[in-house]
Amino acid sequence: MRRLWITLTWLVFSILILIPLVVLTTGAFDEGGEGFLQALGRPEAMHALMMTGMIVVVVTLLNGIFGIMMGIYLVRGNWLSRKLRQLFNSIVDLPYAVSPVIGGLMIVLLLGPDTVIGAFFENIGFKVVYAFPGMVIATLFVTFPLMVREVMPVLQEIGTDQEEAASTLGAYSWRTFWQVTWPSIRWAVIYGTILTVARSLGEFGAVLVVSGNIINKTQTATTLVYQDMENFNVTAANGVALVLAVFSIGLLLLMERAKKRKEVL
Amino acid sequence: MNSTLLRHKGWTWGFRTTVLLYFLILIVLPIAGVYVNSLSDGWAAFVQNIGDPIAWKAVLLTLKLALIATLINALVGTMAAWVLVRYEFPGKSLLNSIVDLPFALPTAVGGLMILVLLGPNSIVGKAAASVGLDLVFHQPAIIVAMVFVTFPFVIRAIQPLLEELDRSAEEASYTLGASRTRTFFNVILPAMVPGILSGAMLAFSRALAEFGAVVLVAGNIPGRTLTASVYIFGEVESDNEAGAAAVSILLLTLSFIILWLINLVQPRRMS
Repeated sequence: MRRLWITLTWLVFSILILIPLVVLTTGAFDEGGEGFLQALGRPEAMHALMMTGMIVVVVTLLNGIFGIMMGIYLVRGNWLSRKLRQLFNSIVDLPYAVSPVIGGLMIVLLLGPDTVIGAFFENIGFKVVYAFPGMVIATLFVTFPLMVREVMPVLQEIGTDQEEAASTLGAYSWRTFWQVTWPSIRWAVIYGTILTVARSLGEFGAVLVVSGNIINKTQTATTLVYQDMENFNVTAANGVALVLAVFSIGLLLLMERAKKRKEVL
Repeated sequence: MNSTLLRHKGWTWGFRTTVLLYFLILIVLPIAGVYVNSLSDGWAAFVQNIGDPIAWKAVLLTLKLALIATLINALVGTMAAWVLVRYEFPGKSLLNSIVDLPFALPTAVGGLMILVLLGPNSIVGKAAASVGLDLVFHQPAIIVAMVFVTFPFVIRAIQPLLEELDRSAEEASYTLGASRTRTFFNVILPAMVPGILSGAMLAFSRALAEFGAVVLVAGNIPGRTLTASVYIFGEVESDNEAGAAAVSILLLTLSFIILWLINLVQPRRMS
């Protein structure tokens, strides 16, 4: 029996994950190393990878800072009523339940060129939808819960004793944060950052809707993979996808290490 | 002293307001906006948009395929979690690490992988075609895509429960003369059920919403291979935002209910 279950598990993992990864890699190199480099060296591929990189940096920074603060307020914010904190707490998870396409649609409905806000920004020469800002907002929406959800359980677990001690001893709240709170949430923040990077690197649906997928302008790495596939440019699609996959696997390995450190604390 | 204190208070107030505004504008406003937008033309318009056969068939199809994918994941995930916790075998830690890969990989990459694996030029695709079975651009490929992206949920929900499971109950069952099968169904399985349920519900809501992996392998034939999220994308592309918004709030409401159900299940597990 035992043999059978182990073999079956190996089989499932191989078919679903390992073999597809091998096929993807061989697919990227089916015209040799040259074909792979050519696929990546295309101006649109370079531009798409750069767009993805920029989105990752901006989104991780913004959601990192605001996510940590939101987590702290939801656990420690006594200036908010308990009921309100509970309400906000359940709202934080909503982006998980929203299909990325719908997330993109929301941004278009709210900020598109036909809307009041969109028209206002357009008038002052600032394009939101079908441009970089819209893509950032869509990715911010999708990745918001990740950091909050990592920081909150740690804050709940460590309790307020040390922080209270620090403030009674006269430390200002800012100093209390850096010297008392930060060291205990550090690994949770690192873990949340990796999750946010991974998710914004791979965001596809929301970005596709908001960006309009304009080549050399608003195209990201994932939407380029999609377009290459639509154009039956399979080798090129595999090449870009392989780069993304390598990044994701690297992030996954980092996550494993961060998880171990997080559990030690 | 007094002035520094005042400045300090001003900073705190400004900081708090900024964070809460960021949260409300980023999360609450868009969600409220899509509801307001699709209901602003009145119920009649909304019902008309939903009543479009292409629209409601897409939603029904998505529900059906997501349900099949969830059932597959509940079975396979329970087995995999069991094997990963209870057995020692070569490659165990490798498998345990790559469970999360479907979460880490961009969904478009996941879709591409399935497309290349099952496509008409691949070994699997050729074998299936020779027995008259179409995979890619048909329902089987959509199910595989959904199974792929939701694969970690059930496994990750069951693993901690199995690790915490008290072995003495199991041993007592053996001592009392129960068979392995009976012990599994009467002692071990009940302990895993909360994990299977919450994992399956998470997987179901994710499968309902999935777009990236599905759009690459789906064929977009209304009623047969057009899923709800792909339908919404198509409507946005053809500038029918009202139609897209109507199906969106149907799908959203469904997902919110599932999320709420999961929250109901989870606190009980903790106690």
